Amino acid sequence: MHIPDGFVNIPVAAATYVASGGSLAYAVRRTNEELGEKQVPLMGVMGAFIFAAQMLNFPVAGGTSGHLIGGALATILLGPWAGMLIMTSVLVVQALIFQDGGLVALGANVFNMGVVACLVGHYLFTWLKRLLGEGTQGTVIGGFVAAWASVVAAAIACALELAISGTSALAVALPAMTIVHVLIGVGEGLITVAVLVFLTATRRDLLQFRLS
Amino acid sequence: MKLKWWIIGLLIALAVTLISPLASPWPDGLERVAEDKGFIEHAQDAPYEIIPDYVFPGISNEAVATILAGIVGTLIVFGLAYGLGAMLKRREAT
Repeated sequence: MHIPDGFVNIPVAAATYVASGGSLAYAVRRTNEELGEKQVPLMGVMGAFIFAAQMLNFPVAGGTSGHLIGGALATILLGPWAGMLIMTSVLVVQALIFQDGGLVALGANVFNMGVVACLVGHYLFTWLKRLLGEGTQGTVIGGFVAAWASVVAAAIACALELAISGTSALAVALPAMTIVHVLIGVGEGLITVAVLVFLTATRRDLLQFRLS
Repeated sequence: MKLKWWIIGLLIALAVTLISPLASPWPDGLERVAEDKGFIEHAQDAPYEIIPDYVFPGISNEAVATILAGIVGTLIVFGLAYGLGAMLKRREAT
């Protein structure tokens, strides 16, 4: 759901740049306090994997495709603050080098797919994990729901920005964006859970930061 | 020699780019909504292009150009995120 330039007006672009900038400044401070030696290469690997996986559009209903966002996955593995920085790395490279997502709209894209996706993923996963326990069940169900909801929440944020910008009426954009991303979010959930199960089986030690 | 775990992780990410030519060409969720609801024409072209549409310029084979674009992007993001982590990591008490 990379917003191209022209979809958000200048006030919305400016407001989301400020909101994203403030969130990232806080994320930098928290990462500075929390990130351990071993998680440094994991940040690189996560960014690399999310960039690559975002290229893999999968078909959903009716001539529409979707791809992983990865905000929930990065957050579950590294926490929301490092997760935001990873998502921002991906989105900045996509905008500057691949012309995917506009430069004016970059603040909005970081806000939706970085800030909103990571925070929603973080709070839902933490809550469900507490509810369901530390076992695989909590990881699988919590991971799926957190990933799915992170996509739907990002889509809602996107619809609000389109509506405030006057690009599309809220009554049109909100249901349309929500419905299609309810479907795309299922793919996000499945990929996220697959990676979590793979890491649980192979490198449990990398998960200890948040999963045990 | 045993490979470091993060090199294996990076290789997995690079392996994912090898199947990127198989990605669905259909519009994504936002593009679909923009087409259906009639605001796709609001989209403006980028002021410059380096590797537009994840196709590396100047290569006639589109699958190869897509994979190459994927490898370049994956390595750049790896370096950027790794560098951010290395710069920001917690200072261990000595």
